[in-house]
Amino acid sequence: MSTRAAFDKALKELQQDILRMASLVEQAVYDSVQSLVKVDVTEASQVIIGDDMIDKLFLEIEEKCIKIIATQQPIARDLRIVITGMKILLNLERMADHAVDIARSAMCLSGQTLTVKPLEYIPQMARLTQQMIKDGLDSYVQSDIEKASAMCALDDDVDYIFAQVFRELINCMMENPEVVMQSTYLLHVCRYLERIADHATNIGEEVIYLVTGEHKELN
Amino acid sequence: MKKNKMLVRDLNLYYMDFQALKKINLDIETNRITALIGPSGCGKSTFLRVLNRMNDLIDGVRIEGSVFLDEEDIYRPEVDVVALRKRVGMVFQRPNPFPMSVYDNVAYGPRVHGIRNKNRLDEIVEHSLRSAALWDEIRDRLFKSALGLSGGQQQRVCIARLLAIEPEVVLMDEPSSALDPISTLKVEELIQILKQEYTIVIVTHNMQQAARVSDLTAFFLNGEIVEFSITDEIFTRPKDQRTEDYITGRFG
Repeated sequence: MSTRAAFDKALKELQQDILRMASLVEQAVYDSVQSLVKVDVTEASQVIIGDDMIDKLFLEIEEKCIKIIATQQPIARDLRIVITGMKILLNLERMADHAVDIARSAMCLSGQTLTVKPLEYIPQMARLTQQMIKDGLDSYVQSDIEKASAMCALDDDVDYIFAQVFRELINCMMENPEVVMQSTYLLHVCRYLERIADHATNIGEEVIYLVTGEHKELN
Repeated sequence: MKKNKMLVRDLNLYYMDFQALKKINLDIETNRITALIGPSGCGKSTFLRVLNRMNDLIDGVRIEGSVFLDEEDIYRPEVDVVALRKRVGMVFQRPNPFPMSVYDNVAYGPRVHGIRNKNRLDEIVEHSLRSAALWDEIRDRLFKSALGLSGGQQQRVCIARLLAIEPEVVLMDEPSSALDPISTLKVEELIQILKQEYTIVIVTHNMQQAARVSDLTAFFLNGEIVEFSITDEIFTRPKDQRTEDYITGRFG
């Protein structure tokens, strides 16, 4: 017989809450990139409005974590579940903020036709980043440190693309001053995606801490 | 000063046919607090009593192995058990002050050991009560019965009574399990202060208390030490699954 049934239930619920938050964030990142590529102001504004819900959910789940700590006094692995849960939440919340940043960039580009070639890298970067979020959360649910490490390795690919986009956009701007504004916004967007990938890497590091109790730098 | 105050080597203890402690090896570090945790019946209190030969009083107890106090085996036949217990004192679960005044409680040990000088006794009583963090609360009531005090104060009188005979090692068997939360915290504070001068071994059922007060923790199960490590490690990254299950309340 379990001696801590209510506690175990609360920990399970926490995991489900985090997954719920993660799927919203993943969707927000995807939608924000779509709104940018299509320069769709309506879609961009939906991402911005949707972030309020993510923020609210974040506070709600954080409150539950605080309650678990105050009432159940978790230790050892139990404590790591709650603490890593809170840190994963924080990383997800930051990702959602960057999705908002991308959506805002899309709104600033309203009315323009995006012509620069490096635009094509953005969906590719976004796909990688979304894959990292998904794998990060899978590794969390499955306590799979190999998956977490493999996911973190994808961050190098994201960084590589970012460096390439940077070079190419600088060239575009030098060749054609008319694209300076859109190039600058796109550069920002790539930077936001690169940051989102870093937050995903942080999640991978949290998973490794959760499982092993040791901190490992993967970034 | 030596790193280890006491050493336990290959210790087995039997109650008639039942083996209550199995091949225990443990180093008790000087001026550190060692906590013994484990479910009821795991042998932790029995082990605590091994350290000052309190089990000698129980019929049918047989002990193998060695326990060293400053490199002397305390189980050699010629050892004076009363002198041993002066060096290795004990505080029990329920406060057990003698039915006499606070002053007489604390002066009891020194008197037994032949101190008669009134000024010297006054000094010992004040110093012991101060060390037990009780002097300020009780200085006006020194000659009233110790039985009229609160549970937490009674327990600290017992600690003062112990300190009056200047032990080197203090054994505590769940010293706050019969106390209210505030008295518990006072006793815990006191334990922290005492470790500057004494080596302390404490048995506790309160996991958070072990985590809060001790430097080292030994987890006992079925008469064996499953894991012995720095307290921070035991409560954050236990190595053995049985330790994890016990401290997180999954069994026991």
